[in-house]
Amino acid sequence: MKHLLATDGLDPALATAVLDTADELKHTLLGREVKKLPTLRGRTVITLFYENSTRTRVSFEIAGKWMSADVINVSASSSSVNKGESLRDTALTLAAAGADCVIVRHPASGAAQRLSEWLAEPGTSVVNAGDGTHEHPTQALLDAATLRERLGSLKDRRIAIVGDVLHSRVARSNIHLLAALGAEVVLVAPPTLLPYGVESLPVTVSHDLDAELPAVDAVMMLRVQAERMHGGFFPSAREYSIAYGLSERRQKLLPDHAVVLHPGPMLRGMEIASAVADSPASAITEQVRNGVHVRMAVLYHLLASEGATA
Amino acid sequence: MSSRPRGAAGSAGERELLTAGDVARTIARMAHQVIEKTANGAESTTPPVLLGIPSRGTPLAARLADKIGEFSGVRPPTGALDVTLYRDDLRRRPPRALEQTQLPADGIDDRVVILVDDVLFSGRTIRAALDALRDHGRPRAVQLAVLVDRGHRELPIRADYVGKNVPTARTEGVSVLLAEIDGRDAVLLRATEEAPGEDS
Repeated sequence: MKHLLATDGLDPALATAVLDTADELKHTLLGREVKKLPTLRGRTVITLFYENSTRTRVSFEIAGKWMSADVINVSASSSSVNKGESLRDTALTLAAAGADCVIVRHPASGAAQRLSEWLAEPGTSVVNAGDGTHEHPTQALLDAATLRERLGSLKDRRIAIVGDVLHSRVARSNIHLLAALGAEVVLVAPPTLLPYGVESLPVTVSHDLDAELPAVDAVMMLRVQAERMHGGFFPSAREYSIAYGLSERRQKLLPDHAVVLHPGPMLRGMEIASAVADSPASAITEQVRNGVHVRMAVLYHLLASEGATA
Repeated sequence: MSSRPRGAAGSAGERELLTAGDVARTIARMAHQVIEKTANGAESTTPPVLLGIPSRGTPLAARLADKIGEFSGVRPPTGALDVTLYRDDLRRRPPRALEQTQLPADGIDDRVVILVDDVLFSGRTIRAALDALRDHGRPRAVQLAVLVDRGHRELPIRADYVGKNVPTARTEGVSVLLAEIDGRDAVLLRATEEAPGEDS
């Protein structure tokens, strides 16, 4: 693996290898005083974030540091991007300065892909940490890791993805990865928040959350992305909450073993009731914890070996 | 590079160095040696901890512990120590899958730890294992048990317990087969075209 840009087209065997590696890393580090492995000593990892993020950036930073890589954080607001430097020039500068891996978050879909083309020559790996409404592959991998942990396997499990699918890169990455790993995915969203071409995705679609809940093994709530909405996608926050919020009443419709996920940050009370987010069914903090191990696994597969191809 | 006379099977084939019976006897002998060496002084109060290096070191450690238990009445605790993340040759190889690390619940602090592996070769696996151990705790002493020592050390590392010394050429490969993984017990010597696969 040279880059991780998307889960669409990601080889299921490779995805499983990353998840297995994350499992072993979690196990290896459990209860250790010194959470530090020498594996990526001498490698330089740069996080290049054009959008605000706490959990993803910190998660990558911790992952890199636990593997002994040198991690440098660059945020667009405090770099020469402010002076009008292009993404390409910024990236080439970072690669020339010795970055082995650039982890990029960008508001434009496809930015990570372009970056990987520009950085092909210096041989720098690129990880997509979220590009516009396109993909967020490490989030999907950490969701899959969390679901595997709770449910054992994803094969033939039914997972509902609920809410703003249209603007959600998390949803897009999850749809491809979960389907590749053998799960059935059902999208539950208002018609206005479903993407064009949804019929070509490996999913079924529903607009009735109450009807879906009794048959699912997991429900993945999405964030309502106000910053990407320019128009009336639903009448009001209250109405959205009534139709698609995961309330305590709705939680009772779920099977006992069902898992509740949310990629965060959560809008408590609107997308998900506080009591549900804090219930034993919720795996939201486990998602964050697993995020570090999954990102360590990704860095391991990208950077540990120079002999790696494609 | 030395070229030693090969076995009857010739350069293209493989020669069986140890049969299933030999492997069982060798492990029994190593168990006696471990008991002898660790039964003196302070070691006698706490049995050693046997940590196998995956993949074949793990079942070997379990078998050795079974035999020690059979002969001494106390089966020492066992575990597994994956050293992949500590290897110094990671960059030269395609990414490896990680294997399980499983330490006894009491940890390894102040215990005699015996690392168990199938083949001792360059010594780099054991160097990585020593680094890995340091991150897990501070053993009182670390010893090394290997089923086969094939020579060609690249580091100053020596085993405390050796099942069989097998002088080899670098162009030869030593394969340890174990029933738990391979369906049968045997140690084979093969002639290989390229650099040998063992990395112990």
